[in-house]
Amino acid sequence: MNPVPDIFRILPEVILTLTGVAVMLTDATLPPAWPRRSLGWVAALGTTVALWASLWQLSLPTGAGYFGPYGTVETSPFTVFFHVLICGIVLVSLLLSLDTLPEDSHHQGEYYALIVFGAVGMCLLTGAVELLVVFVALEISSIATYVLAGYRKQTGRGPEAAIKYFLLGSFATGFLLYGVALIFGATGTTQIYQIAHLLPGAQNQSFVLAGLGLMLVGILFKVSAAPFHVWTPDVYEGAPSPVVALMSTAPKAAAFALLLRVVYEMFPTFRSVWSPLLWAIAVLSMTVGNLVALRQQNVKRMLAYSSIAHAGYLLAAFAGLGSSGIAAAAFYTAAYAAMNVGIFAVVTLVAGYDEKLPLIEDFRGLIYRSPLLGGLLIFFLVSLVGIPFTGGFFGKFYSFSAAVGGGAIWLAIIGLLNSGLAAAYYLRLALAVANRPLEQKPAAPAPQVGVAVGAALLLAVAATLVLGIVPGDVLRAAQAAGHTLQAPPAPSAAPGAALMDPHQLP
Amino acid sequence: MTTIDQSILTWILLVPLAGALLVALAPDRGKLSNWIALLTTLATLGLTLHLPAHFVLGQSGFQFEINRIWIDNPAIAYHVGVDGLSLWLVVLVGLLAPVGVVASWNAIQSRRKIFFALFLVQQTAMLGVFLSLDLMVYYGFWELSLVPMAILIAMYGRKDGPKAALKFFLFTFIPSAPLLVAILWLYAQTHTFDFTTLQIYITHGLIPAAPLCWVALAFLFAFAVKVPVFPLHGWVADTYSEAPVALAMVVAGKLGLYSMLRFHIGLFPEQARAVAPYLVALAVIGILYGACLALVQRDFWRLAAFAALSHLSLITLGIYGLTFTGWDGAVYQILNHGVVDGALFLLLGALYDRYATSQINSYGGLAVKLPRTATVFVITSLAIIGLPMLNGFVGEFLILSSTFTGVSRGWAIAATLGVILGAAYMLWLVQRLFYGPESELALSRPPEDLHLGQLAVVWPLAVLMLVMGLAPSLWLPSIEKGIHPPKPKSADAALPYIATQTALPISSPVEGQR
Repeated sequence: MNPVPDIFRILPEVILTLTGVAVMLTDATLPPAWPRRSLGWVAALGTTVALWASLWQLSLPTGAGYFGPYGTVETSPFTVFFHVLICGIVLVSLLLSLDTLPEDSHHQGEYYALIVFGAVGMCLLTGAVELLVVFVALEISSIATYVLAGYRKQTGRGPEAAIKYFLLGSFATGFLLYGVALIFGATGTTQIYQIAHLLPGAQNQSFVLAGLGLMLVGILFKVSAAPFHVWTPDVYEGAPSPVVALMSTAPKAAAFALLLRVVYEMFPTFRSVWSPLLWAIAVLSMTVGNLVALRQQNVKRMLAYSSIAHAGYLLAAFAGLGSSGIAAAAFYTAAYAAMNVGIFAVVTLVAGYDEKLPLIEDFRGLIYRSPLLGGLLIFFLVSLVGIPFTGGFFGKFYSFSAAVGGGAIWLAIIGLLNSGLAAAYYLRLALAVANRPLEQKPAAPAPQVGVAVGAALLLAVAATLVLGIVPGDVLRAAQAAGHTLQAPPAPSAAPGAALMDPHQLP
Repeated sequence: MTTIDQSILTWILLVPLAGALLVALAPDRGKLSNWIALLTTLATLGLTLHLPAHFVLGQSGFQFEINRIWIDNPAIAYHVGVDGLSLWLVVLVGLLAPVGVVASWNAIQSRRKIFFALFLVQQTAMLGVFLSLDLMVYYGFWELSLVPMAILIAMYGRKDGPKAALKFFLFTFIPSAPLLVAILWLYAQTHTFDFTTLQIYITHGLIPAAPLCWVALAFLFAFAVKVPVFPLHGWVADTYSEAPVALAMVVAGKLGLYSMLRFHIGLFPEQARAVAPYLVALAVIGILYGACLALVQRDFWRLAAFAALSHLSLITLGIYGLTFTGWDGAVYQILNHGVVDGALFLLLGALYDRYATSQINSYGGLAVKLPRTATVFVITSLAIIGLPMLNGFVGEFLILSSTFTGVSRGWAIAATLGVILGAAYMLWLVQRLFYGPESELALSRPPEDLHLGQLAVVWPLAVLMLVMGLAPSLWLPSIEKGIHPPKPKSADAALPYIATQTALPISSPVEGQR
């Protein structure tokens, strides 16, 4: 029945795992004095191969009966879209780390290995169609990011960030797991398509509703949507900037993929329940994020609140009907990732790894010190504002367009007014960059742009521009992703765990 | 149609952009950026002049049209074209660009590269606004025009650039949020962003009318801030006093007024008719308010800002009087305003560069020292006032007479009063700057009159003022062509110009929606 070996369904994950193991073992066997920088290149190479492997997966047959090992993983345009996105983000973050991690920093090999292992979890999360695999994948990606958040042990803020993130994150995964348990109790299965099939007939609807609510809490924590956002600014401030570039985008992309799968594929019949809920959370996220960001002086904290606001814009797409909403959300994830990784790359270079220059005021006159970085920073800010011909514009455009198409006009109006509000603080930074430097302050030296960072910036700029000027191909991919998620295969054809009748349980 | 006619609009959009790229890539050495920018803007002007030369007067609808699919779903097309309404506005943008470059020639001393690159991007954005016939592309250029403007005000502001830039940006960015929602709503209803198609849908009443009135209001709000219409003018004074001369010339007026005619009245004639009385009232208030404030300003940039508010309100009056004559006058006056404001700002900028102050009190008695500046300044002022035989007269006369006969005598009289006040503040400005006893300021610097480059720009503008005043028939027929419907139903109450090219599609617009 299955013409391709199961292993091909998880080929990118396998490649990433092998890369991570190789990096870690080499790190352990190399003499301690040897530089570890080349391990980063190995990790980057492995990620690139995984990216190509994901694209190759498009040629695999999709649909019912084609699930991967034991019926737990699917490959479809939807999973490939997010795989490519996540691998791209990881690749850019690795390149960024290569040039910005200090030569003498400890545990470099583990750092690169953890990034790659995190990527394994995220990729698996987007493809899993079995709630227990979902949980395991989420834990793999979360634990890697917990450790990475605390990588700068010497600062004090690093361990604080890691502990905060770990404690709150564990609670969130706990919620998710509890939700899974309740849904298993109601339906007797953890296979997503079977759940979708069984849910309308489930006898104990209050179990189902509680399960849905708990799962949403767990996922919304991961995407840092208000009111589950409190960890975000502290963690972003404490974690090293290259890690923030990664964790503000890739795990979020994976979590949004999971959210899409849960609401559109698992609970499509409960639209009347989750739709108003997500509406409210979207409004809350963008308003809270933008209002608080207005008051921030620290660039990373400001960007943390901005990422909360962007989670809100993205959730607006969930008001869209069916595949248009999914496509809009997927596209927005990509656009947001491109510009956010880019801006964190610039911030890393300007503020420095130790963040001696973390405030908006420190960015003053950047364009005079380094026209390249100043110009790039303004470019990414312009994209975050959502000015046309950048990825940020089309992201917002599709998201709100989906919302309007789904009848949520007020959501679109609130969202666009919010983006006006957001322009105020993005511009504050942009104007500081364009402002004349203060005379009395000795000018900080212009940051150097190395080859790896240059490549990372180039990728981010190219992605932002492509998404803004010729978004056609990416949009088609997103729409294909939307269609595959919209059309769940008939549950009877799905292999895997034998269907258990909940009424026959003891 | 020759090949060049089929691609000319793309070239007009691409040449300034290519120039911007060239400036950005070329080294920042000496005046290299200035020269590249000047050549680019002259080339663009040449290309825009191709349009009136090959414009077919007898043909209705859009000409030089290009309509290519850009993104298939959602259906966004690269659809550009000109008609009588936008034809001369495109030429005006082309004309003012070299003027702006010359005005910045010596004024911009540092970071020339950034300045001219962004100036050329701004140029593309403005041309794009006038040329786009797809609402999404139009919105794109509309938003894009804000960014270079804000950055340049922040970088080159005279006193507090960043603050003025933020004010300008927020004032113009926030109203475009409802505009985008309105455009998206139209798309959700019709599945098209195309201007002509939407026009057909709306004139045939295929879109529910109740929400349409909100959509029209959202459009109007965005445009009214950009013009500006009283009481949405909060950004104007700061922007004019901080913006570099080259940008102050282009910031106000044209984009908003054109958009009102094309996209507010053009798309939503019924809704525009409903709000027109209010806009007439606001316009008259704006004329008087702007003129009164201009009378008491001590800083000539702020005086110019409030004078602009007054003049732009007059044009708004012409537009929302909803008469053909008023529309002709309004479009003609947009052109006039562009030309005279270009000259005025160039001259004020030259004074500011030389004497480094914009306080009117410090000046005086300059006419002897700077005879050439004084001469052109007086001509420009007379054109602004609306002296017969100069261009301001034609536009003002058309607008005021149409208001008198077609709208209301009371408003027309009040507006005329504002025009008289306009004469007062302009002549008083001329007197305080150029006549009277020689001020310390005038004695403190060696007299340096306009240099050759400035003269080469400012005299053609002055001649243009005279020609446009004497022979409006060179412009008005093509403008009328763009504004008037093919068969006017009644002479005075203007009905919307209805697109005639395509028959009504048979399928329902809401088809395909879930």
